[in-house]
Amino acid sequence: MTEQQVAERPTAPVSGDGGSRRSPRRLRGDDSSHARRPGSGFWVKLALVAIVDALGVYGILTAAGVHSWWIVASLALGLVIVNWAYFSRRAVPAKYLVPGLLFLLVYQLFTMGYTAYVAFTNYGDGHNSTKSDAISAISAQNQERVEGSAAYPVTVVLDGGELGFAVVQDGQAEVGTADQPLQPLDGATVEGGKVTAAPGVEILQFAQIAQRSDEVTQLVVQVSDDPADGTLRTQDGTTAYVFSPVLKYDASTDTFTDAKTGETYTPSDHGNFVSADGDVLQPGWRVGVGFENFTALFQDSRVSSLFVQVTLWTFAFAFLSVATTFFLGLFLAMVFNDPRVRGRKIYRSLLILPYAFPAFLSALVWKGMLNTSYGFVNKVLLHGASIDWLGDPWLAKLSVLGVNLWLGFPYMFLICTGALQSIPGDVMESAKLDGAGPFRVFRSITLPLLMVSVAPLLIASFAFNFNNFTLIYMLTGGGPDVVGAPLQIGSTDLLISMVYSVAFESGAARYGLASAVSILIFIAVGLISWLGFRRTRSLEEL
Amino acid sequence: MTAADPTKPVAPKGARWWREIAWRHAVGIVMIVICVVPLLYVLSASLRPNGSLTGSTDLFTTIDFSNYTGLWGRGYGHWMVNSLVICTVTAVGTVLMGAAAAYAFSRFRFRGRRSTLTGLLLVQMFPQMLAVVAIFLLLISLKDVFPILGLNSTLGLICVYLGGALGVNTFLMYGFFNTVPKELDEAARIDGATHGQIFWTIIMPLVLPILVVVGLLSFISTYGEFIIAKTVLQSNDKFTLAVGLYQWASDERNAPWGLFAAGAVLAAIPVVVLFLILQKYIVSGLTAGSVKG
Repeated sequence: MTEQQVAERPTAPVSGDGGSRRSPRRLRGDDSSHARRPGSGFWVKLALVAIVDALGVYGILTAAGVHSWWIVASLALGLVIVNWAYFSRRAVPAKYLVPGLLFLLVYQLFTMGYTAYVAFTNYGDGHNSTKSDAISAISAQNQERVEGSAAYPVTVVLDGGELGFAVVQDGQAEVGTADQPLQPLDGATVEGGKVTAAPGVEILQFAQIAQRSDEVTQLVVQVSDDPADGTLRTQDGTTAYVFSPVLKYDASTDTFTDAKTGETYTPSDHGNFVSADGDVLQPGWRVGVGFENFTALFQDSRVSSLFVQVTLWTFAFAFLSVATTFFLGLFLAMVFNDPRVRGRKIYRSLLILPYAFPAFLSALVWKGMLNTSYGFVNKVLLHGASIDWLGDPWLAKLSVLGVNLWLGFPYMFLICTGALQSIPGDVMESAKLDGAGPFRVFRSITLPLLMVSVAPLLIASFAFNFNNFTLIYMLTGGGPDVVGAPLQIGSTDLLISMVYSVAFESGAARYGLASAVSILIFIAVGLISWLGFRRTRSLEEL
Repeated sequence: MTAADPTKPVAPKGARWWREIAWRHAVGIVMIVICVVPLLYVLSASLRPNGSLTGSTDLFTTIDFSNYTGLWGRGYGHWMVNSLVICTVTAVGTVLMGAAAAYAFSRFRFRGRRSTLTGLLLVQMFPQMLAVVAIFLLLISLKDVFPILGLNSTLGLICVYLGGALGVNTFLMYGFFNTVPKELDEAARIDGATHGQIFWTIIMPLVLPILVVVGLLSFISTYGEFIIAKTVLQSNDKFTLAVGLYQWASDERNAPWGLFAAGAVLAAIPVVVLFLILQKYIVSGLTAGSVKG
């Protein structure tokens, strides 16, 4: 990378670019242009940026193809930024910041913003896509064979590897597949109203059709681009009938009408077509629902009781985890802080083993050890007791805290040992001379001094345990489940595992509601960190 | 204090030893047993052939390595490779991007520097997994455009992890970069070095220790990352160790417990080794506010 301008110098306009000044030994002045003497770094940079540009342009084209305009816009913006950063001589810091910031922007900032957006929508199963997608899906799903509709002799074909139908309509051979509505098939040989040969498509023989009969009978080919024109289906692979939509969409009134009953379905505020009787057509589409997800959490009595329970447990779990691990760690640190104890190094290296072992594995091992009938704890330690450690709501909470204590105390032990050793001995000495007992020394000298360096770590640990998804999910899966609850929530679920459960494991996904809970966690974590920063500062003033 | 010279403590003898020191050893031994028993248990279970949870409680009654050989036919090899690839690439990417950013913040004064730094400080408070639903939805959309960055893709997951690279590590590195004297840059610049040469040939070798620490910390935390990996990866051959082993252990009745135990022992080895090497740095790194996941 020998081509770029040195950082702090503001660039003067470069004059007479080209091969005029060639002295390579010249000191870099304000007007030196390195582009004339590209080093190997330049070519590396050029190659990398070219690859990024190529991928970006490819992405823009593909995204435009699937109408993802958001992606098109962000890719275009990203490309402009990248090219500016690496080819402008002014943007030296940007050359170092752009890669990291781009990733941060997409995968952290954007996803945070998107969480906030989704929290105000009804995004989820049944409301996964746009209104026009919902209209096509409703038209396509609700079809029936029209009485006395035309029957076509059909030829089952393979069109580019895709199963399709070839039919003759008004003397014109046409072919279509599941994704491709009927379109003219040129050069086809038609015998007896049936396509018997055509260039570019393979005609399936009876045996082949029989082999794939499930696929053939399930194949639906649209008659035209407009789903309202109906579809072709076949039962036997030789004759196809036109099915037309029972529900017809009328764009001018924006309603669906049932062709048989005459019932009208109008779009509702919640992204569904609904009849006057309250019948709802599925699927719906994604709409903004304002604060509905949040009010559900606080006001819908069935959901809100769960939410309150989970929130209380999350705070209790985080607080108790920090408290228990800290006090055990501190106790052990004080026990082994006595220089007269031999073998302290051995004790220390064995005591941190639970911390060195990957936490997710420990959680799974403990899950096995706490098993009611075959677990090590019940069978060996308790001589065949059958205590349901993970199945009883309160015992499960206790087990989770116990396992987290096992996982977490070595960390506290390490930091407390470090902090204890940094407390000057003469302070202790003088306190003892003043007649303070061991407990008094601990309370008035050791603990306050310790807190100065340890408090920020305790707050970080609180924030970490607040979102300790891995432990909960691996150990109890959030269970035991609350029976009859509208969401699959258990008595050890934390807020973060509630998010996961609502979004991915509660039968119908409810991304909107899950995101609303995420937003509340964001707020809680932000508050905790903010309090942490303030508290730390006040402690340092001691 | 009985010891006259604090650098050479002398243990008291007789009754006082029992009163003042012995209980400390007792506490230590009890705690070590508590620490070690689960680890011995999993080691013993891994050596029990055809083990299910049922017979796993008799420690070390049989020693047999069939679980270890049986791992490879069941996708474990894929998971191990996936985990190592994902963690290594993430660690290298994290180090490079973090170091570049720290260099920019430490050596250049530019408009928006303070606000970017403050912004990073704010962002690092919020773990990426809080947005797991949005990440999932984003990857669904990306799948249409760049299938390789979409759901169920190793590269897609790496990119998600790299999104968290700046937020977590820049400050750790920034502080370290500031300790490298600026006079070195000045001297190099007078000799005609460009900012790129200064970065690669002067700064980077000097900050190598922090690069190694950040890289290994990133490796360890990515290795244990579960929620995003579980959301993004969907087919067995794409799983990481955390997702795959969870699948084995979570099935209560038919859990291949012996296989899981063997897999767990093997999976733990790299992390435990790294951890013991890094112990000193991890403790001081923790003081800077990062927590091992």
